[in-house]
Amino acid sequence: MSGDSAASAPGPDRAGAVRPVGRKTAGARWGRLLEGGLLQGGVQGSPVLRLFMRWVRRPLLPVMRLWRRNIQLKVVATTLLMSLGVVLLLGFVVIGQVRNGLLDAKVKASQSQATGGFAVAKQKADEAAAGTSDDGTAGDARQSQNLTSWMSDLVESLSSGGQGAFDVVTLPAGDDNSGGGRGPRASGYVDPSASVPEDLRARINGDTTAAQSYTRIFYYNNNESQPALVIGKQVNDPNGDPYQLYYLFPLTQEEKSLSLVKGTLATAGLFVVVLLGAIAWLVVRQVVTPVRMAAGIAERLSAGRLQERMKVTGEDDIARLGEAFNKMAQNLQLKIQQLEDLSRMQRRFVSDVSHELRTPLTTVRMAADVIHEAREDFDPVTARSAELLADQLDRFESLLADLLEISRFDAGAAALEAEPIDLREVVRRVVSGAEPLAERKGTHIRVLGDQQPVVAEADARRLERVLRNLVVNAVEHGEGKDVVVKLAAAGGAVAVAVRDYGVGLKPGEATRVFSRFWRADPARARTTGGTGLGLSIALEDARLHGGWLQAWGEPGGGSQFRLTLPRTADEPLRGSPIPLEPKDSRRNRGLNDAGLPRGGGDKAATVPVQPVADQIPPLASRLAGGAPTADPTALPGNGARVVPRPASGARRQNETPGEDGAEASSRPDTVPEESKKQGEAFRGR
Amino acid sequence: MMSFMKGRVLVVDDDTALAEMLGIVLRGEGFEPSFVADGDKALAAFRESKPDLVLLDLMLPGRDGIEVCRLIRAESGVPIVMLTAKSDTVDVVVGLESGADDYIVKPFKPKELVARIRARLRRSEEPAPEQLAIGDLVIDVAGHSVKREGQSIALTPLEFDLLVALARKPWQVFTREVLLEQVWGYRHAADTRLVNVHVQRLRSKVEKDPERPEIVVTVRGVGYKAGPS
Repeated sequence: MSGDSAASAPGPDRAGAVRPVGRKTAGARWGRLLEGGLLQGGVQGSPVLRLFMRWVRRPLLPVMRLWRRNIQLKVVATTLLMSLGVVLLLGFVVIGQVRNGLLDAKVKASQSQATGGFAVAKQKADEAAAGTSDDGTAGDARQSQNLTSWMSDLVESLSSGGQGAFDVVTLPAGDDNSGGGRGPRASGYVDPSASVPEDLRARINGDTTAAQSYTRIFYYNNNESQPALVIGKQVNDPNGDPYQLYYLFPLTQEEKSLSLVKGTLATAGLFVVVLLGAIAWLVVRQVVTPVRMAAGIAERLSAGRLQERMKVTGEDDIARLGEAFNKMAQNLQLKIQQLEDLSRMQRRFVSDVSHELRTPLTTVRMAADVIHEAREDFDPVTARSAELLADQLDRFESLLADLLEISRFDAGAAALEAEPIDLREVVRRVVSGAEPLAERKGTHIRVLGDQQPVVAEADARRLERVLRNLVVNAVEHGEGKDVVVKLAAAGGAVAVAVRDYGVGLKPGEATRVFSRFWRADPARARTTGGTGLGLSIALEDARLHGGWLQAWGEPGGGSQFRLTLPRTADEPLRGSPIPLEPKDSRRNRGLNDAGLPRGGGDKAATVPVQPVADQIPPLASRLAGGAPTADPTALPGNGARVVPRPASGARRQNETPGEDGAEASSRPDTVPEESKKQGEAFRGR
Repeated sequence: MMSFMKGRVLVVDDDTALAEMLGIVLRGEGFEPSFVADGDKALAAFRESKPDLVLLDLMLPGRDGIEVCRLIRAESGVPIVMLTAKSDTVDVVVGLESGADDYIVKPFKPKELVARIRARLRRSEEPAPEQLAIGDLVIDVAGHSVKREGQSIALTPLEFDLLVALARKPWQVFTREVLLEQVWGYRHAADTRLVNVHVQRLRSKVEKDPERPEIVVTVRGVGYKAGPS
């Protein structure tokens, strides 16, 4: 791996391909079936059905959401459904019992009545038979005449005992129709053939035992039909021929009783269900209201309104919940306040110390300057001492200034005074300011991309400080090689990249450079006496602008620091016009770490990309040196969060419109396309 | 008037060591320093010594520097340079708004301080009789007066310089950096808040409606220019 941003990564595509298989559920299958069917079914069908589905689903959505979100509704609905089930079950059982009880009594009474009736009919037939045999002279026609009137008399006499409690019907037996006066007869306008069910007739046909069935009685005189119990038996007439005699017992009374019971039960059941629902609603409300209140208050607490408390009444479980909640909130508030006080105190302390140091430092400074001015009059040792004193005071001063600046950021007191400025102006000032140092180092600073204005809303003072820091750092670590400052604008962003070809950065250092008091190599001699806070302040400045400050580097191949700012102060950044890894990095030129040409471009493409995060040492080791706030990864907008770039390179192409030609021509044309497509660590907010 | 001499400087500072050191440096540069350590006595000392410039520490026992600055400004247009340990926006802006012409942040180099004092004391060497017009104002450069319809308007020397700088080239838009250089004497860009605050102060004195300035017009994104006369 040549650079910071190059390494290997798990193939996200493969994981993505596997996952849906495992996730296949019935719903998904249904959806697929539906969709597949529709797609195959024809282009016209699918949109119509989809529209229909949407049309059906749209009014249901709020209801479904309410169902998902409202426990009260759920409980009440479940209670209603369950109590309805219980009441229905209970109702059926009770109604069945009542009906059985009512009918049993009726059936018993009816059976004894019918049995009596059948006996009477038999007896009458026997008497009549004895009478006719005594006569002996009667002809066939008269006999028939006699039978007809006898049957009518029989029906009359049998039914007369009932007084409407029952009706009597006679029907001819078997297939024997009409003839011999045994046609259908009935008392009380009963329609004989319609009122007696066929299967009952069939059952008593050819049998001498009585049988019973339930039926409805139909009347000739437009009376309403009635439910009834019918008991029938085949008996013989005086001639010894069988006919069917039926007793019909109307069940009107029983039905009335039953329907009364049914109505009562239904009303009661409905009341019970509604009442249960209402009770459930009330009970749930008692529980849910405090819970909802707790949720609302918890939300407000987390939004920072720490003085919010629940209302507590009584001593029940809900009240205990409220009390516990309030206790928690109070403790939380206390702790947060303590921490806030502590942090405020600490920040104040740093600020105060810095300020308090300033007055004596001013005196010392002035005294040192006066001494320094007069050093020609001193002996060499004292003169040198005076020089050292003045130099170190400078360093002390800038350290103090940086400390104060950092404490201002920590206190959140840093304010952005943004106005539209041309970055070229700032770059020009910074470069001309760094010229003396560059000359001493033998470095040439080149500025690219300054043909057109690069305007952004920024705080000129802060921006200049950031860029001065980057340029001075580049010159300082550039080992006398060229430093390239590149400007670009695209989309909603502007960027300045400072590229050097010096010692570069080791893997993992790209994020650590922004840590406070971090030094690349403690053993390395320092020439300009930086404070070790420069890049931390620069990072804070970039963040204050809503921008990014990111570093890339490869050991021995130099480094590039890129500042990306939104064009307008409050616009979020989505990308940078300049790629973080410069085009002339070793990897992009297809060289390996030793600077030798790599085996093949294709191979480079197969090396997956890995985010820098993997190379960052564990958090603890980074924090060991300083305060947690010194950790750039812990803060948003720094150069630390790592998002692997898609290897397609499409984004890169978007990001680099109008790349300067000078850069392109310096690159060998033989760069394999694949190697350029390699992703890079894209560290943004 | 005071250009021929080095000038008297009143140092208002409670830190005796710093005051003494300031005295050494100022004397070395040929100024005539006098000292007062208490905010409450500052005004009396000011009246007594009649300095050409006041060096004022913002953190003082008794009356604080801001209050002292306001009191001095109420009765005199003498240049006031604040010494401050805090360069935060609020402190500096409050100091400038209370009437200070310039400020210098501790710790400073003696040369820086002297340059700043000299810039404030430097008056136009040759008071050539010159009449300027800006808006409906008439400026007599030599006489150091500004009049609107015969009514003179009292300006501090700094405000006057600012107005003159704008009025001399009414066609030009001045960036804040250019104004800093011309009026305050800064070589390289410094705090542009100086310009903003003093333009506001100037407007409050010369404009009929400071909300809608006609004399000193803001050119958005660039700077200021003189209004049409």
